[in-house]
Amino acid sequence: MTIMTDPPKGAFRLSMLLNDTRYRSLTLQVIAAIVLALAIFYLANNVVSNLTRLGLNINFAFLGAPAGYDINQRLIEYTSQSTNLRAAFVGILNTLLVAFLACIMATIFGVLAGVLRLSNNWLVSKLMAFYVEIFRNIPVLIWILIIFGIMTVVLPGPRAFRGEDAEASMFLGISAFTNRGVYLPGPEFSRIFGETGILSAGIGWLVALAVLVGSFFGARTVNKRATRIQEATGVRPATMLTNLAIWFLPIIAFFIITGLSFEIPELKGFNFKGGIKVGAPLIAIWFALSIYTGAFIAENVRAGIQAVSKGQTEAAGALGIRPGRIMSLIVLPQAMRVIIPPLISQYLNITKNSSLAILVGYADVTATLGGITLNQTGRAIECIVLLMLFYLIISLSISAVVNVYNNTIKLKER
Amino acid sequence: MSDVSANAVGFVRTETVPQSAPPSNAAGPAKWVKDNLFAGVGNSILTILAFIAIYLILAKIMPWILNGVWDAPTLSACREVLDGATGGCFAVISERWNQLLFGFKYPSDLYWRPALAFAMLFLAAAPVLFFDLPRKLLVFTGLYPFIAFWLIWGGPVYYPIMALVGFVVAFKVFERLEKQNFALALGAGVLGAAIVWYLGTMIGPDDAARKAGSLFAAGLEPVPSRDLGGFMLNMMLGVTCVSLSLPLGIALALGRQSSMPFIKYICVIFIEFIRGVPLITLLFVASVMLSYFFPPGTGVDLFIRVVIMITLFSAAYIAEVIRGGLAALPKGQYEAADSLGLNYAQATRLIILPQALKISIPGIVNIAVGLFKDTTLVSVISMFDIVGMIRGPILASTDWNGVYWELFSFAAVLFFVVCYGISQYSQWLERRLATDHR
Repeated sequence: MTIMTDPPKGAFRLSMLLNDTRYRSLTLQVIAAIVLALAIFYLANNVVSNLTRLGLNINFAFLGAPAGYDINQRLIEYTSQSTNLRAAFVGILNTLLVAFLACIMATIFGVLAGVLRLSNNWLVSKLMAFYVEIFRNIPVLIWILIIFGIMTVVLPGPRAFRGEDAEASMFLGISAFTNRGVYLPGPEFSRIFGETGILSAGIGWLVALAVLVGSFFGARTVNKRATRIQEATGVRPATMLTNLAIWFLPIIAFFIITGLSFEIPELKGFNFKGGIKVGAPLIAIWFALSIYTGAFIAENVRAGIQAVSKGQTEAAGALGIRPGRIMSLIVLPQAMRVIIPPLISQYLNITKNSSLAILVGYADVTATLGGITLNQTGRAIECIVLLMLFYLIISLSISAVVNVYNNTIKLKER
Repeated sequence: MSDVSANAVGFVRTETVPQSAPPSNAAGPAKWVKDNLFAGVGNSILTILAFIAIYLILAKIMPWILNGVWDAPTLSACREVLDGATGGCFAVISERWNQLLFGFKYPSDLYWRPALAFAMLFLAAAPVLFFDLPRKLLVFTGLYPFIAFWLIWGGPVYYPIMALVGFVVAFKVFERLEKQNFALALGAGVLGAAIVWYLGTMIGPDDAARKAGSLFAAGLEPVPSRDLGGFMLNMMLGVTCVSLSLPLGIALALGRQSSMPFIKYICVIFIEFIRGVPLITLLFVASVMLSYFFPPGTGVDLFIRVVIMITLFSAAYIAEVIRGGLAALPKGQYEAADSLGLNYAQATRLIILPQALKISIPGIVNIAVGLFKDTTLVSVISMFDIVGMIRGPILASTDWNGVYWELFSFAAVLFFVVCYGISQYSQWLERRLATDHR
């Protein structure tokens, strides 16, 4: 039996800081810390001396001052007399709006293209491959400008809608596609909320959403009960009619009670009035982002479906499961694990790329806080720091969600 | 059983039946069409829809391309030639060709310089991209940055030569000391280069010497970097930033995997910060904020500031890709390297990185393609890259005000060719490097 002995304890020598693995990492970290501190000190010193030389200072008081510029596309009340802070909030809401819309549409495009690219149909799969390659290999900036060009150059101006034999006519008589934007019928809840306006319609839609959420939970309860009965007795009670009723009756009732009506946009003077106006910049950035990111999502979806090994499909087939149910019960749940993380990172890309809205004059947070406010007040450092902070908060919170999700769906092998 | 004997059978075929051709709908193109285009009702509907879509797209685009006008001085002249018919005014591309490629300020008699640099880029990139080529060509790759810098910016040949000498000295010092200690050799190399550059700028040509036409001042006519533009600017930003960000990205990835908490967290914070903000805010930093960080009085060029920010941006993304490659290596590789007695630098250089980089190639190429596309964003901070040229000087000129599609299609085609080419190369490389048996 061998006797373990401690290595001889020599006296500490200075050279051990570099040569002894026990101390070396500490030495290196201390050196790194010193270098970093020196670098930060150097940069901070440069900033301070530059600012004093130019007679500037760092001060966030400008956020409280009136902004002095107008914003066309806005979700909350805003006038040119509102503060810069409020302008920034308008921008933040606009960023979130376009990011949200583009995420939904990009998912639709992406899933469609990804699934169709795996189709047995040669023509369709080649067409989808063409779409993916074309859109992935051309900068999104060029796509934004091209779609903005389609919106502003190709679509007719409001003037074209005037007169008896107008050059352009309204789509189905209720919406107008003009080069200033798309005018859609605006919903109003006349009976309860009284006067019209963004706010009352907004509350109406919120209540409608609440009703839908209620229907969702109701339908889920019914389905769970059906599953319980099926597990107990082997026979699944028919739930389709109940489900339809739960989904549609409450919301229709809500619309009837509140007297939902639509305000049709009308040509008054030089422009359309009434209804909902979706500006050309918003549509350009929305479509461009969704169609561009859709191409990336299509590749993720395809990779996810192909990542499910063929044996899974064959095993399910051997058990006698029908093709449609193989897809929904066997393949998709496994593909989701592969698809969702890159999908969310694409959503993050959409949010970040929405900052390109500044090119077409959509008032997102980059255009308000990082554009007009920065140029008018000249407070470059403050504006850019706030702007970065906003995007950082969004990105980090989405990453946190992804991490939680990844941990929950991780394959628990050992 | 005995009833069924050979004798009891009245007829036995002695020769094989000649093979008959398969039915016409089960062979050849007809079968292919049936299987791939019209298998079932849903499939047929999809095919018809796809045909309609293709027809609609082609009906819109083909007359526009085929009927295009390639030779006209202005848009109005082009419209006269077309005389109301559908057709693109591609004349703008031929008329503004040089502006689209080189920007509107680059001296026109010097166009051969960036063009030559571009041609040499292929020569320089070839040995990096294709391993079968003789390794000696890498010498030219090493020289290329200095040659290209000198060709594009001009100025005294002294500066690129001095920069090159600095790198050569650093490399020699590093090579000599590498056997003893990697970190020491690296530090000594950096120090050697710094000394050479410091001495070089001390004795460099001043304005007086340049005027006097001394040997120092010999060189090409200088071009300030604000005169660069067009697709050349995109190419320059793309190539420079990708090549600079690769080493930085590797360092960040190794730092993030490091066991030293301080270094690890610095890398994590840096990477997450950069990945969390859009590139455009970083470009804003480059255009309005970064100059505050330099010592007062040093007016650092906008081009260099943009290169710094884009390099940091793509380094963070490349670091994440390489970290994936490092994490995908089996732990046994690390342990095997340790058990051979290799130290960290040796193990990383000889065992870990070659394998990790091989795994990360597709990801790195994706980042490179994305980065190249993102170089168009510099048009937002009023640099005249190809998109900036189109939106600025060309569309604003009275001659070509309103030629929208032709110009953007041209830019789109340029980007598509480059990006698609790179992605095809990466797929070839993946097949080439695949060592597992599939």
